[in-house]
Amino acid sequence: MRDTQAAPLVQVEGLKMYFPVHTGILRRHTGNVKAVDDVSFAIHQGETLGLVGESGCGKSTVGRALLRLYEPTAGRVVIDGEDIATLSHEALRRKRPTMQMVFQDPQASLNPRMSLSAIIAEPLTEHTKLTAAQRQNRVYELMDQVGLNRRFANRFPHEFSGGQRQRIGIARALALNPKLIVCDEPIAALDVSIQAQVVNLLEDLQDTLGLTYLFISHDLSMVRHIADRVAVMYLGRIVELSPRDDLYARPLHPYAEALLSAVNEPDPDRAKTRKRILLKGDLPSPANPPVGCNFCTRCPKVFARCLTEKPALVQVEPGRQVACHLFETIHPATGSTGGSEAKEHLQHGVTQ
Amino acid sequence: MADGAAPVLDVRGLTTVFHTRQGEIHAVNSVSFTLSKGEVLGVVGESGSGKSVTMMSLVGLLPSPPAEIREGEVLLGGQDLLRASPAELSSVRGAKVGFVFQDPMTSLNPVFTVENQIIEPLIRHMAMSAADAKARAVELLDLVGIPDAARRVKDYPHQFSGGMRQRVMIAIALACDPDVLIADEPTTALDVTIQAQILELMTQLREKLGMAIIWITHDLGVIAGIADRVMVMYGGQVVEHAPVRALFHNSQHPYTRALLRTIPKITGAREGRLSVIEGQPPIMTSVPRACPFRARCAHAHARCEAENPARRAVDGKPLGQGHDVACHWTPEAENA
Repeated sequence: MRDTQAAPLVQVEGLKMYFPVHTGILRRHTGNVKAVDDVSFAIHQGETLGLVGESGCGKSTVGRALLRLYEPTAGRVVIDGEDIATLSHEALRRKRPTMQMVFQDPQASLNPRMSLSAIIAEPLTEHTKLTAAQRQNRVYELMDQVGLNRRFANRFPHEFSGGQRQRIGIARALALNPKLIVCDEPIAALDVSIQAQVVNLLEDLQDTLGLTYLFISHDLSMVRHIADRVAVMYLGRIVELSPRDDLYARPLHPYAEALLSAVNEPDPDRAKTRKRILLKGDLPSPANPPVGCNFCTRCPKVFARCLTEKPALVQVEPGRQVACHLFETIHPATGSTGGSEAKEHLQHGVTQ
Repeated sequence: MADGAAPVLDVRGLTTVFHTRQGEIHAVNSVSFTLSKGEVLGVVGESGSGKSVTMMSLVGLLPSPPAEIREGEVLLGGQDLLRASPAELSSVRGAKVGFVFQDPMTSLNPVFTVENQIIEPLIRHMAMSAADAKARAVELLDLVGIPDAARRVKDYPHQFSGGMRQRVMIAIALACDPDVLIADEPTTALDVTIQAQILELMTQLREKLGMAIIWITHDLGVIAGIADRVMVMYGGQVVEHAPVRALFHNSQHPYTRALLRTIPKITGAREGRLSVIEGQPPIMTSVPRACPFRARCAHAHARCEAENPARRAVDGKPLGQGHDVACHWTPEAENA
């Protein structure tokens, strides 16, 4: 289903998202929180890219900047041929139907005073010229698609459980036939037995509608289940971007290795025998990251070069990108992502 | 678990009801378990399964009304806590039973230094002098692995990171050398690499101090790594109770079995499609006369509707000491 030959649906280049820090009585601009610092990746049509990392690493900020819910500080975000980082407001509004979001907390992202039917119909009212009857039909269609009973159409969000509320959020995201959905921790607030229901639904929808997902999560087991490729973030930067099976079988970046080793497996025998890589200390502040590699303060394999020079994210094996001085660049083979064809595509998008 | 020795904590038939405008909610229904010195009892369940309410009922932490502890006995070192006076209870909390909660930011007082909060139980329960208590506070921070403890003890909670705050909470819980430590989702709010640090710390502390721990969580991965025995709760009841290996490798209750199947694996073959437990957990509005899991159970039959199954031993050991399950169905019946 995935077409790796065509230009990717999403191409992010050098994305930076800095939040200014103002201090003192005069609220002078004294620094920046570098929430996202020079991030580049691509997502192909029909693919699921997992984005993992710990809280504060910038993964949600990437998701939001991708849909221009934040104004990026620098960089290009090309979605379906258009750089949305520089689109005018009206052009952006017309672009919105292709890209939607499912939020972590379905309680907070649904208006408690709107009925389910009104919530799902809102994007239709905003972006289409459907008549009221057509809208209602589309709402019923969407409710069927996400497994909500039609007789709930006039109920309010508080009458639903967490899993059902997440279904409402998904139906709303689907209303305008988007190509890309950013799922920001869509299952983190749900009980274990409900998580699987929502993940299966997302997978079924991807199969039937050919959706492309950016799946942001801290749950590494669930990401292994759903993603095709996985990007690991640490302190605002991608440290490794690899195909799923390669990453989980043999993580290359020392942080990815430690992160995977810290996952608690539901098996008491394995829990006794496995080697956990314990990282010392905490995440440094993104307002004041280390001069060298962002991970150098906690890395078990740190050496002199790491303290002075930030490693770039480069291809070190076919299809695998790592930002670490321990690995050597290889020259990208033909047909890999981010090659010359993508560049051409970018230019095309800008001149449009 | 030390066989034969008297348990530190013995809970029998605990039943807690909440009075609400919509009527009674039977949050905890006749829960029984024991805890021996030096062992870790894992308590697993989804939100609303009654796991936290059970533990808060033990030491009178629930406001009454709306809560009412209707029945049961909670024997801690021979004393029945449910019949203890408020004064007696408050000398138990913090001294004999320590608590670590999920969110360290809301359980620490933001306007006092960490030192203030650690010495409070020491002065109150152990009758220490302020100077002794302060010295002990530094020792405790050192014990839980906070670097530069002598200086950090003067800091306020906001000056610590999430993982360090949880270490402070553990130091406070350990201050009076409790017999029982109740940890309610202590690592849920933490990131995986920090979670790994805290789990490691708790394993070390348990070996060093020999206290009994009740570890409440919804994360079966955490339970597999830390617990000796596990109690699975559903709809306010204990549905399965077993030594940790038996629970993961030979689970008997359809809920436990289904729960283990819904979690994707991090190693080995990748599952094609996740198996799900359809439906929602129940809200217990009356005394359960039927099995609370029947509506979502793949093996439900007429008897499950007619009769709430009692716990029965699976491995021939007395109830609460080996593997037992509250279910009318057996996996063997399926294979026969």
